Amino acid sequence: MAQTVFAPWNDPEEKPLIQFRNVTKRFGDFTAIDRLTQDIYAREFFALLGPSGCGKTTLMRMLAGFERPTEGQILLGGQDLSQIPANQRSVNMMFQSYALFPHLTVWDNIAFGLKRAKKPKAEIEARVKEMLRLTRLEQFASRKPHQISGGQRQRVALARSLARAPKLLLLDEPLGALDKKLREETQFELMDIQEKTGTTFIIVTHDQEEAMTVASRVAVMDHGRIVQVDTPDRIYEAPNSVYVADFIGDVNLFHGVAKSRAERAPAPAARPLPEPETPEAEDALREMQEEAARKPQPTALGMALHDKVLAPIVGKWLDQQPKALPMPDPAPATGVTEAAAPAPVRTPDAPQASASTPTAATQPPAIPPGGLEIHWHAGQPPLVASNGPEALAGRNVVLSLRPEKISISKERPTAANVLQGKVIDIAYLGNISTYYVKLADGTMVKAQAANTRRISRRGITWEDTVWLSFTATAGVVLEDDT
Amino acid sequence: MSTGIVSRGQNTALGAALIAVAVFGALVAAALWRGAAPGAWAVTGSLAGLAGFLALWTRAGSDQRTSFLGATVIGLPYAWLLALFLVPFAIVLKISLSDVALARPPYMPQYDPAQGWAGVVDLVRELDFENFVFLTTDDLYWKAYLSSFRIAAIATACTLLIGYPIAYGMARAPKEWQATLLMLVILPFWTSFLIRVYSLMGILGNEGVLNGALIRAGLVSEPIQILNTQMAVYIGIVYTYLPFMILPIYAALEKMDESLLEAAEDLGCSRLQAFWLVTFPLSRGGIIAGCFLVFIPTMGEFVIPSLLGGAGTLMIGKVLWEEFFNNLAWPQASAVAVVLLLILIIPIVLFQRSEEKAREAGK
Ligand SMILES: Nc1ncnc2c1ncn2[C@@H]1O[C@H](COP(=O)(O)OP(=O)(O)OP(=O)(O)O)[C@@H](O)[C@H]1O
Ligand SMILES: [Mg+2]
Repeated sequence: MAQTVFAPWNDPEEKPLIQFRNVTKRFGDFTAIDRLTQDIYAREFFALLGPSGCGKTTLMRMLAGFERPTEGQILLGGQDLSQIPANQRSVNMMFQSYALFPHLTVWDNIAFGLKRAKKPKAEIEARVKEMLRLTRLEQFASRKPHQISGGQRQRVALARSLARAPKLLLLDEPLGALDKKLREETQFELMDIQEKTGTTFIIVTHDQEEAMTVASRVAVMDHGRIVQVDTPDRIYEAPNSVYVADFIGDVNLFHGVAKSRAERAPAPAARPLPEPETPEAEDALREMQEEAARKPQPTALGMALHDKVLAPIVGKWLDQQPKALPMPDPAPATGVTEAAAPAPVRTPDAPQASASTPTAATQPPAIPPGGLEIHWHAGQPPLVASNGPEALAGRNVVLSLRPEKISISKERPTAANVLQGKVIDIAYLGNISTYYVKLADGTMVKAQAANTRRISRRGITWEDTVWLSFTATAGVVLEDDT
Repeated sequence: MSTGIVSRGQNTALGAALIAVAVFGALVAAALWRGAAPGAWAVTGSLAGLAGFLALWTRAGSDQRTSFLGATVIGLPYAWLLALFLVPFAIVLKISLSDVALARPPYMPQYDPAQGWAGVVDLVRELDFENFVFLTTDDLYWKAYLSSFRIAAIATACTLLIGYPIAYGMARAPKEWQATLLMLVILPFWTSFLIRVYSLMGILGNEGVLNGALIRAGLVSEPIQILNTQMAVYIGIVYTYLPFMILPIYAALEKMDESLLEAAEDLGCSRLQAFWLVTFPLSRGGIIAGCFLVFIPTMGEFVIPSLLGGAGTLMIGKVLWEEFFNNLAWPQASAVAVVLLLILIIPIVLFQRSEEKAREAGK
């Protein structure tokens, strides 16, 4: 399965479809877009995220031709956009305010652009019909905009902008007024259209999940600038600033001073299994081992028979290795990588870590060496981030930590970072629960746990004293620019 | 809820009583105006109405009274319409069915209150449609109607052609200017209509300001005859009624969302196409309202044609005035007025219909 990853932005040969070159837009003395430079490639699904008023709509309006950059240049396919009037660009925009024609029916609204393109009548009819089907508006074709609901209006606006099948589609909050189910369906329809037609999409949304779902790249904006552009997973897992980390998703921010970590003894060897990192993983592993112990095990002959006779015919029947949960953080960003670590198995009885923490842990946690230690509060142990860039040593930093990367348990776990606190609030979200835990110094920390098992964690309730733990690579160390 | 029904019934009764008092009052006032002494019937009738009203009022509960007040506020325009339109119209209709007489007032028969109900019967018996028949015998009348219609139609079209660009410019002007521009449009109303028409005479006359300027500029050697031609009538009408055209069109254009034009352009329209496909249809309500507001009063216009149009301009308003004051033929003049009203009812009803539609669409 050699499916090439769609990443034209990494290919120096690729020509961008849209180029913003140092674009500034001012309204009076207010700067809405501030020296913005950005390339967007053909067939991209480019999502703009940012707080209200950060300039997303202004950016789109410049592309559509309703605003001119005060300074700088926008190129579309290498051609300066300011030379092309708005009605001759192969760009269609879906307006945030919909801008439906109130005197025309839904049908005529959708057909408006097709009629201007002087398409044959039959073709217009077929296309409008398709758009109506796509947006589920068939029954409303002959109604006027004031006779339909807000969500239906939004769908008309979407259908109208899609109808002309332009090269570039600008969607300004296209799905905000739809219910969750319809929104998800429409998202997939959009991705489908994108796949089939190769249209380039730029989409503004306030729904981060939506951006994560549909986008090939996400741009996070702040005060007229793009602060980070990256694939959804990188935006989420590797934000480049506290602003991005804080804006995208839920996050715990620990402000502190970074110190280079004293080099530890060689990492604990002999890891027959991936080290469980969280109490859930530990639980899972134990359950599995117990189960394996209960089950009859094949003998050597049985094993050979299985391998030689059975497996070629019906496929592998038995697992040679016991299963284990995958590691949440496969590769620490800095320092020693997994491959470079001392080869396991060879020294089964290597000296047990002298790194054994002074606390009463029976088994020392496997902390990769290197990285940073963040001294964030006098009364609290420093936080270990083995993936912290050492260049930040001695600086004010922020450890940004997603709530789902923090485990919560009633007994003290063994982990690189362990904090104690009291449960103040629990937000039950169905599939997951978010625990609001107050540490001794008053810091609030959010921890998330999936509601999958009926284990000890379920017993956690308000006012309980709990332990929060996370690995040395769970967080991201960022420079404190606040 | 039964109490609701009762209170609503009582409200209707209160409203009806009040309207009865108003009608009686209007009739008494009309009688007084005609110089006839209000008979005992009028006084007792009014008093009876008032007494009935008061009786209902005192019996009504306090909340019924407040809701009655609400009903009165809504009912007032109707009372107004009744007193100032339907009652006068009834009087005019009655005169149009009477005969000319050398008397004061100059028509027969007169209602004699002393005879009571028998008087009414006598009166109705003597009425006929003679005057309406007379209108068909002289082609002056239908020519005047036709000419009025033509002048009103052309003048309305001119007003639209001039008014629309002005309204458009106002609506597209920067927001902070719009109040001032609106003010400038309304400003002429601060001067009496008659004075404005007289000053137009001063401008358009052969020795007037306009001709003086043209001659001084060397554009013409002799004054152009404008005053006392139909041209002057058109100028007068356009000038006078322009605000009635501008205001509704401005209101329609002003509330139009400008992003609609952007959307039209985005979908491939040129500026001109966007105007015809979006702006124009969306201002249609304003155009229709403006046209009716100009056309209907222009049809019956009398001051402008008589002051500016000279002898050559035939308009029904002028004919009516001459019948009434020069010939003292009140019955014929009334018949002319009634026919004019009947003609105008058609556009008025059309106007109402379009207003209603616009209101529905605006919901
Ligand atoms: N025509 C204008 N005149 C003056 N200021 C404007 C104009 N248009 C936008 N702005 C300002 O520019 C900034 C960016 O506006 P923009 O509409 O691009 O925001 P946005 O990111 O789309 O916000 P939202 O998410 O609320 O839609 C805002 O602060 C806004 O007030
Ligand atoms: Mg916006």
